[in-house]
Amino acid sequence: MKCNFIIYRFDPAVDKESRYQEYTVEAEPTDKILDCLNKIRWEQDPTLAYRYSCAHGICGSDALVINSRVELACQKLVRDFKTGNNFVIEPLPFFNVIKDLVVDLKPFFDKHRSVRPYLISDQKPPEKERLQDSQDQEFFEPALRCILCASCTSSCPITRTNPDYVGPAALLRAFRYIFDSRDTATDDRLEKIDSQDGVWGCKTMWWCTDVCPKGIPITKCLGQIKRVLKKNKAAR
Amino acid sequence: MEHQFDAVIIGSGLAGLRAAIEIGENASVAVLSKVFATRSHSGAAQGGIGAALANEEEDSWEWHMFDTVKGSDYLGDQDAIETMAKDAPRTIFELEHLGVPFNRTSEGKIAQRAFGGHTSGFGKAPVKRACFAADRTGRVILDTLWEQCLQRNTKFFDEFQVLSLMVEDRRCCGVVAYELATGELHTFYSKVVLLATGGAGKIFKTTSNAFASTGDGMALAYRAGAPLEDMEFVQFHPTGIYKLGILISEAARGEGGILLNKDGERFMERYAPVIKDLAPRDMVSRCIMEEVRAGRGIDGQDYVHLDLTHLGEDVINSKLAEITGFARTYAGVDANKEPIPVQPTCHYMMGGIASDVDGRVVVDSSNTPFEGLFAAGECACVSVHGANRLGCNSLLDTLVFGRRSGMEISRYVQRNDFQKPATDFEKAAAAKISGLMTAKGEERIGDIMADMQEVMMDNVSVFRTESPMKEALGKIMELKGRYQHISLQDKGSCFNRDLLDALELGHMLDLAEVIAMGALFRQESRGAHFREDFPERNDDDFLVHTLVRHTDKGPQIFNKPVTITRFQPQERKY
Repeated sequence: MKCNFIIYRFDPAVDKESRYQEYTVEAEPTDKILDCLNKIRWEQDPTLAYRYSCAHGICGSDALVINSRVELACQKLVRDFKTGNNFVIEPLPFFNVIKDLVVDLKPFFDKHRSVRPYLISDQKPPEKERLQDSQDQEFFEPALRCILCASCTSSCPITRTNPDYVGPAALLRAFRYIFDSRDTATDDRLEKIDSQDGVWGCKTMWWCTDVCPKGIPITKCLGQIKRVLKKNKAAR
Repeated sequence: MEHQFDAVIIGSGLAGLRAAIEIGENASVAVLSKVFATRSHSGAAQGGIGAALANEEEDSWEWHMFDTVKGSDYLGDQDAIETMAKDAPRTIFELEHLGVPFNRTSEGKIAQRAFGGHTSGFGKAPVKRACFAADRTGRVILDTLWEQCLQRNTKFFDEFQVLSLMVEDRRCCGVVAYELATGELHTFYSKVVLLATGGAGKIFKTTSNAFASTGDGMALAYRAGAPLEDMEFVQFHPTGIYKLGILISEAARGEGGILLNKDGERFMERYAPVIKDLAPRDMVSRCIMEEVRAGRGIDGQDYVHLDLTHLGEDVINSKLAEITGFARTYAGVDANKEPIPVQPTCHYMMGGIASDVDGRVVVDSSNTPFEGLFAAGECACVSVHGANRLGCNSLLDTLVFGRRSGMEISRYVQRNDFQKPATDFEKAAAAKISGLMTAKGEERIGDIMADMQEVMMDNVSVFRTESPMKEALGKIMELKGRYQHISLQDKGSCFNRDLLDALELGHMLDLAEVIAMGALFRQESRGAHFREDFPERNDDDFLVHTLVRHTDKGPQIFNKPVTITRFQPQERKY
């Protein structure tokens, strides 16, 4: 069947402003949106730029705005949309566009880095593995599903109004290490995000949770961090 | 722009990152990758990483070694396999210490599960040897290693496509790379180049591999004079989602899932009475195709069912959540309630750049090293997987040999100086790019790619016979001719995917030719390479590695003996 695609275009070498270009693609209901973009590129217009790699929602390359909602292009099929086979495809909001649907994610990864996303331990590891209660592991397990696609952070209303807000994805990674029983920098980690640019920037608007293509309850995880901060303050 | 590092690593998957961590301890290192590091295809690995920890039941590295040798259909080099199996437990503990969030047993130890071809007592019964983090094991290891690199301030050049290796006087002294965001060329001078670019599944139509898996490193090494080893051994994973090829991990069967034909029969009981659905991948893929040929595919079609409905929601949600999500999203199947339609999908290259246990690329059958050039991970052939890789040995391979390469490179850069080449390699690369940009041919990249994928899938996949393969080789030669007449429509310098497609296609066509040639040469059946016209293994003539070297007169085939230490070749039954 025929599908109409209206796609955001911007080539800094040629365009003064962004524009939209229309394409018609022959597609099956079970085709992914990414398949449709590939058809456009391979069969009609090889100048169209977008990122993609694994094509099954694990590498995190192809978060885009599809019909006004942030989605992974490889995880949504044509049949998932009730828009009469009409699709509007735009780049992730908030980030600067490099070309067409490709955005500059440097600010996203800088924020990720700022939460020190690695295990910090002052204990010398044993010869074998450190023991860990499976329930401890299960508590932060949802955060392990994150594929760093930036859907949450780019959709977050607070990110858009406070550019210094570290954002849901980076806070989710902080959550992962704060609640990992093997990490010994918990207090320091908590202190670093105990601010409006940190976890208190989150106003529980749930947009991050709503758009997360991996179904991570991000807002709840951030709520767990807030709860610990409140508890610690009450105990002081 | 010019750069200088002691070592340059191409590829940011597990092998590349593990090597970067090692080298970064005492030398300068840069990691170049055509995709952002965390997009690397190692992240798609699902089921686990093998090591005889014996956390769940009795196990030993000798058993692991034996299983790997037998799984390889006795083509794997046993010294290398011994190195890997012995080093496996240390590798897992190292990962745990770095922060990898493995699933745990009730005692808090690293949990383990069964996987295809892994047994106790030298083949007596399946054993729980795969360490895992749900069904996203590769992803969490990739994240952990990348974050370790962030902590160490490793220098990354993300979205850089390597155009050529700078080789002069039989020594590699760096690379020329293309920056995707700007179109700028960069010359990296280095004492060592480590290729860690992964596989090339995109040569075939149905594959579990990422779009980025186009064998760039293998093709670059091949063009630079390094031989490729055992390229005819291409793994088809038995359980790709029907029509899509998306992987449903072997862990699904490790946790108790079973394969059913249209009669509802658990057909693997007939083919592998001892370990049944946990037989190695080459066998299970062939068995599925046999069922289909006998008219026992579901609805007479070319697929069978993978049934997980008896496992219960607890197991599915805690250990197989990702893959059941794939089944829901892409096949519209609720794996709790109904079976998943599956068929074999191109998954892994057992072959690759001939190299030794310390990552040195070797140029001949006496293992003479290629100065300054190293390889690790899927793009390399050590060879630990021989004719068929066992599940959860690939992550292990990337980490064991990524680290060993890193250690050897650290020593190498201490002993050697930079060598600035006399040739202007950047100029040659610029000429190549502008040649592609200005070409005015009629051929479209997408068409040639589709033709290549189709003929390789139809004629050089699970079942192989001489005449269709000859036809395929002829077709590849024709496509190579057509490739000379492509033209790019994107003439820009910012995110020019059209150009990247052209480069990747050139790489894949070279490799497709080598795969088909190797498959024609090997007139026997061994592991993943099954010749219908030569259905038996022939140790007298073919217990050797196939090497293919690029020459001005075309590809040249030669052989290298297999290293056999502990286990003499036997009939391979499960």
